[in-house]
Amino acid sequence: MRFSIRGFVLTNTVIPTMSPSQMAWKRFAGHKAALVCCAILGFLVLAVVLSPLTTRYGVNESVKAPPNSYLSPSKLAWLGTDDIGRDLYSRLIYGTRVSLLIGLFSAFISVFVGCVVGAVAGFRGGRFDDVIMRVTDLFLAFPFLVALLVVRNMFGSIEWLTFIIGEVSSLRFIIFLLSFFGWMGVARIVRGQVLALKEREFIEAARASGASRSYIIKRHLIPNSIGPIMVALTFSVVGAISGEATLSFFGYGPQPGAGATSLGLLVGQAKGAVQTGFWWIALFPCLVLVVISLCINFIGDALRDATDPRMDAGK
Amino acid sequence: MSNSVLQIRDLRVTFNTQLGELRAVRGIDVDVAPGEILGVVGESGSGKSVSFLAAMGLLPKSATITGSVKLDGVELIGAGRKAIRSVRGKSLAMVFQDPLSALNPVHRVGDQIVEMIQSHQDMNTHDAEKKAVELLEIVGIPQPDERARQYPHEFSGGMRQRVVIAMAIANNPKVLIADEPTTALDVTVQAQILEVIQRVQQTFGTAVVLITHDLGVIARVADSVNVMYAGRNVESGSVQSIFDHPSHPYTRGLLSSLPHEGIERLQPIAGFPPNMLAPPSGCGFAPRCQHAIEACNAELPVLTSFEDLLTSCIRADELRVGRRS
Amino acid sequence: MIRFAFRRSAWAIPTLLLVTFLVYIALRMGTDPLASYMRSNPRATRSKIAQYKELNGLGSNYVTGYFSWLQNFVTFNWPKSIKGSREVWPELKDSIANSARLGIAATTVGVTIGLTIGIFAALRPGGKRDVAVNTAAFVGISIPPYISAILLQLLFAVYWSKWFGNTLFPTSGVYPPGQDGFDLVLMLKHMALPTFVVAIQIIAVYSRYMRSSLLDVLNSDYMRTARSKGLSEFRILMRHGVRNALIPVITIAALDIGAIVGGLIITENIFDYPGTGKYFLSAFGNGDFPLLMPLMVIIVASVLLFNLLADISYAILDPRIRLD
Repeated sequence: MRFSIRGFVLTNTVIPTMSPSQMAWKRFAGHKAALVCCAILGFLVLAVVLSPLTTRYGVNESVKAPPNSYLSPSKLAWLGTDDIGRDLYSRLIYGTRVSLLIGLFSAFISVFVGCVVGAVAGFRGGRFDDVIMRVTDLFLAFPFLVALLVVRNMFGSIEWLTFIIGEVSSLRFIIFLLSFFGWMGVARIVRGQVLALKEREFIEAARASGASRSYIIKRHLIPNSIGPIMVALTFSVVGAISGEATLSFFGYGPQPGAGATSLGLLVGQAKGAVQTGFWWIALFPCLVLVVISLCINFIGDALRDATDPRMDAGK
Repeated sequence: MSNSVLQIRDLRVTFNTQLGELRAVRGIDVDVAPGEILGVVGESGSGKSVSFLAAMGLLPKSATITGSVKLDGVELIGAGRKAIRSVRGKSLAMVFQDPLSALNPVHRVGDQIVEMIQSHQDMNTHDAEKKAVELLEIVGIPQPDERARQYPHEFSGGMRQRVVIAMAIANNPKVLIADEPTTALDVTVQAQILEVIQRVQQTFGTAVVLITHDLGVIARVADSVNVMYAGRNVESGSVQSIFDHPSHPYTRGLLSSLPHEGIERLQPIAGFPPNMLAPPSGCGFAPRCQHAIEACNAELPVLTSFEDLLTSCIRADELRVGRRS
Repeated sequence: MIRFAFRRSAWAIPTLLLVTFLVYIALRMGTDPLASYMRSNPRATRSKIAQYKELNGLGSNYVTGYFSWLQNFVTFNWPKSIKGSREVWPELKDSIANSARLGIAATTVGVTIGLTIGIFAALRPGGKRDVAVNTAAFVGISIPPYISAILLQLLFAVYWSKWFGNTLFPTSGVYPPGQDGFDLVLMLKHMALPTFVVAIQIIAVYSRYMRSSLLDVLNSDYMRTARSKGLSEFRILMRHGVRNALIPVITIAALDIGAIVGGLIITENIFDYPGTGKYFLSAFGNGDFPLLMPLMVIIVASVLLFNLLADISYAILDPRIRLD
């Protein structure tokens, strides 16, 4: 008689079963929409990464001399040109590259800081936890734009700080700013997860066998929180990209100099396009932003379903 | 028995799961006489809870149910929604295992009982509230009028289970199904709950189906016993007969695995329960049975008369033992 | 219950003071009130400058400065705007009224529709309705308000009038320019697009919250008990399902106000709607300290108030946490 050890019942037949992470992958793969989004995103990222090859003109290069402003989409410029004749298509690719970088960097920083703070707060509890919770509560309840602008200017006025993190309109600064707001959401998610796990028996067992606090955090709590952490990561990315776009929209975003642009800046120009009727200036950047947000949101949601399934009766 | 208040014939329940079809219940017959306590005994996975959840119509849509369940002659399987709703809570009521999660945490206890009353009886709220308090008193809750205004989390486990019982008997059901009512409770409290159930039976003449894995519970209050294994009934009879001269090896194994005088080591039943995705073709217990022969694996055994019991062991006669060994 | 509310509110005042203090510091550092004043009033006399400093509590020390500002604030001795010495309160009041109207309209519409859709989606998880709702909600969340605002503006301001020759929904302001007095229909017409834009976000968020919360509840044991009582499906859904599912939704709701206000600010800006968003952005751009501080105090107070309301409503809905 052969015994299968991994399975919900020890029997004398072999039942095909999967480890939790395998089950999670399988569930994720079942989300067709998420897979499509992965493909779309992958395609976009590829286009951006291979940017010298995929763009048709430089970011500050005008389409033909003399500069022709506001050409509608044509063979010369696939998505039209802006006010000084620069190809929108190429600028979109360069701009997306900048925004994606901003998004990824600040997301990773947010998640890193958020994990540490959240894990410690959840695990130790006590005053530290209380204080962190109230502070993040307050910050998160504030209207985002207001808090963002106020904090931005405040940080921008501290001289020694700008030396480290860059001027107010630099990329470094915006990454810092977005991370500053981003870690709080992540910390709450991780804290919640740690709180839930803390009471589980396997943690008690680890404690009883003499594991140190940091060992427990590293080897038990974090691996079991990978699911929510990954979800938090995806939503941080989309939040950061959105945040940058919002800031740029109102003129408070990064100014990457030398005619370079970001996705947010391009979307910001859409405002004027409504009056003038040059619809491509508005439509294409918005489209790209929406598609990126949608895809990342979908993937995040599918990840969340994959790592924290519900028993949907009768599905 | 034609005077059974609850009569189940050839009930089969299959679940459609990710890993295949799970045959939880594979054809059982049950007869509950009016006013008797029927104990249904079996381990986890034997299908005992599922059978009666199916009778109540409380299984998820992924379950396929065939067979017949007749309450006072009225067929429940396949009956329309309205018909089932008029039976549930009125003639057929259920008490669940975990009293804390069984009660809605945001409604007062009294209101939940009143809801039960008003959905089947034409009573105004004031009278219904009075009746709720009476019910709480019957199940032995002190200061019932104060307690009725409290919330579930303000009660201890045993008290909560009494509340659930009070709710279940509110409309004087003909049959009360108690699904492991004492499993989540302390041993001392268990005895109290069983006593409440017995009182209900004696005062109102309610028939009770007591589902449990605990033989001690059965010995204490049951009149008759059904023993289930792997989705089938393997033995059935009065409680005295079953305990005195069990005929099925599984029942015998259960009884002898209880701690009792004269033994030095506990005697568990060897082996493991079968995989209900691919149950054995013959007797479900055969793989673990020390008396199994070729014929046991050949085909599904049926319940047949043996002395004063019904048993599905084809070797019952040969293995006859006088007293419990 | 009253004691619970009281205890919770007792914390509000010190928190209010502390947070406004932090805001004061942030604004003073960030917007450089003195320099902004000088920029707007290049020919200000020294005594005027001193008076400005005095009224706004811009003394050398942050702490004493804050308290002197606070003193002026609570005695309604408010300094005037740096631009043209306008009184602060009338403008502030109007902008708040406008925003409040928009916010309330959008929230009412959004929450009602959102919750209902969420309930319908949760009833058949995985079904066509559910998928449609989820997708729509996603798209709603992923489209930031300014984008939907711009696109709608494009549609109605530019193309609708081109195709249909009139403007069905105006895209700017509260009233058409030159309007005198109160006209409900006109006001509603002007509010229609901005309300819609903000409501989209709200619907998207609430439908998902309700759906997931209700799904959780539907899988609870007490739902099975309710069904075993033989109650009607509707009653089970409402009194047991939705009633319990509302608890987490409402607590998140009160805290979510901040996000709604954020969306409001952006939307107002695009539709040229004279609400607090516009007020804030222009005041901020000018570094207009006297305009900014009262607004921030109101914002902080509202945030704290909504936090408090969230706590209290949570306690009302969920008796389990009243033992505090």
